[in-house]
Amino acid sequence: MSWEVVIGLETHTQLSTRSKIFSGASTAFGAPPNTQASAVDIALPGVTINKRSVFARKNYFYPDLPKGYQISQYEIPVVQGGSITITTKDGVKTVRLTRAHLEEDAGKSLHEGLSQAASAMTGIDLNRAGTPLLEIVSEPDMRSAEEAIAYAKTLHTLVRWIGICDGNMQEGNFRCDANVSVRKAGDAKLGTRCEIKNVNSFRFLQHAIEFEVRRQIQVVEDGGTVEQETRLYDPDLDETRSMRTKEDAQDYRYFPDPDLPPLVIDEAWIERVKADLPELPVAMKARFEKEYLLLPEDATALTSTRATGDYFQQTLAELAGIPNVPYLSQSPDVANAKSVANWVINELGAFLNNHQTDIENSPVSPAQLAQLIAHTGPFKGTISHKVAKDVLAAMWAGECGGDADAIIVARGLKQISDAGAIGKTVDEVIAANAPIVAEYKAGKEKAFNSLIGKVMTATKGKANPSQVNAILRKKLGA
Amino acid sequence: MFTAPIAELAPALASKRLSSVELTTALFDRIDALNPRLNAFLARDRKRALGAARAADARLAAGNASPLTGIPIAHKDVLMTAGWKTTCGSRMLENFVAPYSAFVVERLADAGMVLVGKTNMDEFAMGSSSETSYFGPVKNPWNVDYVPGGSSGGSSAAVAARLVPAATGTDTGGSIRQPAALSGVCGLKPTYGVCSRYGLIAFASSLDTPGPFAQTAEDCALLLNAMAGHDPRDSTSVDRPREDYARLLRAPGGAKPLAGVRIGLPKEYFGDGIDADVAAAVDAALGEFRKLGATTVEVTLPNLDLSVPVYYVIASAEASSNLARFDGVRYGHRAAKYDDLTDMYKKTRAEGFGAEVKRRILIGTYVLSHGYYDAYYLKAQQVRRLIAEGFQRAYQQCDLILGPTAPTAAFKLGAKTSDPVQMYLNDIFTVAGNLTGAPAISIPCGFDRNGLPIGLQLQGNHFRESVILNAAHRYQQATDWQRREPADIALETAR
Repeated sequence: MSWEVVIGLETHTQLSTRSKIFSGASTAFGAPPNTQASAVDIALPGVTINKRSVFARKNYFYPDLPKGYQISQYEIPVVQGGSITITTKDGVKTVRLTRAHLEEDAGKSLHEGLSQAASAMTGIDLNRAGTPLLEIVSEPDMRSAEEAIAYAKTLHTLVRWIGICDGNMQEGNFRCDANVSVRKAGDAKLGTRCEIKNVNSFRFLQHAIEFEVRRQIQVVEDGGTVEQETRLYDPDLDETRSMRTKEDAQDYRYFPDPDLPPLVIDEAWIERVKADLPELPVAMKARFEKEYLLLPEDATALTSTRATGDYFQQTLAELAGIPNVPYLSQSPDVANAKSVANWVINELGAFLNNHQTDIENSPVSPAQLAQLIAHTGPFKGTISHKVAKDVLAAMWAGECGGDADAIIVARGLKQISDAGAIGKTVDEVIAANAPIVAEYKAGKEKAFNSLIGKVMTATKGKANPSQVNAILRKKLGA
Repeated sequence: MFTAPIAELAPALASKRLSSVELTTALFDRIDALNPRLNAFLARDRKRALGAARAADARLAAGNASPLTGIPIAHKDVLMTAGWKTTCGSRMLENFVAPYSAFVVERLADAGMVLVGKTNMDEFAMGSSSETSYFGPVKNPWNVDYVPGGSSGGSSAAVAARLVPAATGTDTGGSIRQPAALSGVCGLKPTYGVCSRYGLIAFASSLDTPGPFAQTAEDCALLLNAMAGHDPRDSTSVDRPREDYARLLRAPGGAKPLAGVRIGLPKEYFGDGIDADVAAAVDAALGEFRKLGATTVEVTLPNLDLSVPVYYVIASAEASSNLARFDGVRYGHRAAKYDDLTDMYKKTRAEGFGAEVKRRILIGTYVLSHGYYDAYYLKAQQVRRLIAEGFQRAYQQCDLILGPTAPTAAFKLGAKTSDPVQMYLNDIFTVAGNLTGAPAISIPCGFDRNGLPIGLQLQGNHFRESVILNAAHRYQQATDWQRREPADIALETAR
């Protein structure tokens, strides 16, 4: 039996506002419980709220829901339609969006961290209550966990890119609920779906979906039927568990919030926001591939965050601004871009990775990196690639204020390209290593590399490798 | 002197013929003597009030007083008042002390008014007789066997008994105007949005409107000047230029001060079900308005008969949601014993809310429920719009709409408590004003055969408070119903 998996995602993105959606209280993460909850958030009686949009009340009782209703959008959300383009190993796919609506977050129930005497109690932290969320709902367009992850990651990149959400999944700023169903391949009708909650990483999202797909297929193959329900993912046991069934579904008694008049977002505002929007990651990636002939995987890496894209472009601009940089035969942009991409993704990337830091916090600025790149092989060729990596380490550590020129001078790393000086060292190495020279002459090509290594060691790596190669070859051949 | 309207007290305070401390002391003596029989106040604080009175006297001496500085006032207990118990007449909030003040409370304090206490009311402002208060019913100062009207009955009774020259109220379906009528005082419901609802414990958000009680229309204008204003903390607060609501009142009147004013008489207001004494008093008042130069025109208000059912659907729907926050989790009453969370909710709310509040929560929950929403809530909103359109058509023919505030004068305590529908029908002439959001005032215009006051309602289109207040003021200059005071039977008994 062949099964088709159908997945739709509901993603809650916490909007990066300084204050809550309907009060002036701060939204900063990690403050002591209830220190960032204003009278509005605690739902003291009599409180009304700040000017905003068209909202509805979703009514239900829960201790962390202070007003007994959540302000959300129901019949007329702020966004309807739209789509997200994802790329997987199978290619490019468009996932349609159903809607995106604004709502307020609830508080949190605390079951731990209470005093001994209160161990049987539940605490309520209302700091998060009233934090603005944008819930983005997709159509059931995804057909595998891989596609769901690609969608979630693309959306994650996008919301961080345009600066509306900081995307920290551990802090719950970006939460995905997955609607999963299975059907026999070729069936037109969708299977009964289950909603999976409590997935706070992409890895868990993948595991949760994979588990759920296996579970549902098993249920059907065993002759059962999938019940519509909400299931909770347990990362410790790597399984989903029933949280509530359709029978427990509440009547939320949605109705327009009488405290909030309808708000008309005018065309001028939309145009202003549009004009202020940065180039989006998909467009930037396409441009990198087209203008700079970058490989798709490099273009993807450079557009993983807006800061990375900005860093890359700034470094490129800085490099182009450094005088007397010779280029290869390709167009200057293409040559520069290839080199800069390599340095940003691989070399700087390694440091960022090792230090668990983001590119926006890199101690090496784009201007400094450009200065270093200008010294390397394709350009001035002042230093070898290997030396350049050492210089980057010194720059990262803040040596000489991170100035590549100063580090090269201070450490005496300037590449030796003087044929006379290199020839002299080559002569010395040949003289001191007669057995190796003999091996080479007997036809062992490896011996040649060994001699090159000795020349490089003698020059402390500063000799221009291609010159060394040519001169050694010439002298040995003579 | 102490029982005079604000317009007379203010010059006395300004000229130092009277101090706020003297005035406040004298009124507290009246409150102490009369309140036990009236139950108009739920809380009062002489010491605090005298502190405020001293500050007001200093401000008067320093010459930076407002027209209200030093005037005592009482607030309906639905308004959050920092440092004061704010109970909403409910067991649910029996021991709740407000940590902040409502917008109108702040504004009146800023004007230098002296807060003497919090007034009794129907629980969560749900009622038309002030009998649903957890803290016992309010009595009508004209006859303590009768209700003062509601839900702001504590405020109307306090002003009627001259315990305070001014009080605040809130009007969701008539809760300022109907008790003003039944207690024989003036009560103004401003346009929705003119006075911020910030700090008003919400009953029905789209209808709740704070407003003043006073002896005269002129005093109401002075109070509204302080209470009105834009407040970004209430999204429905209207941002419009400041207005002096007393400006027309100061213009020279002449023999026909209301010349050019067209008064609309809806035939729906003069039909069956209106007490004969009420009809006669309103008719006599109409004669006075004609003498003052006003012309009259008959108008119709289609669907007005549906306003009470529409009101009870919408108000109850909003209330069922607004009162969900009283769950025992964060503040207010919580049941002492319970098995689990659901049990805690059930017992807390069963114990904390009275019968009328529960009835409305049930109605509201029902009309918003899946499968009933369209038939009730949505339909009610559609009819609400039709009613509002009817008023707009009427206002093309007239400036004001005149009629009785309530179909009868005050009824006896307990007379309608067993029949909610009869109680609701007392709001027949007032609820439309809340559904449309337009302003209206109730002023005294006579007495019925039992010696109980009768109220006249003047309604105007949105933001026409000054026109309404001017018409009421000119009527009060020509008549003296507003000067009639109930006898201080209880005060004499106490001595």
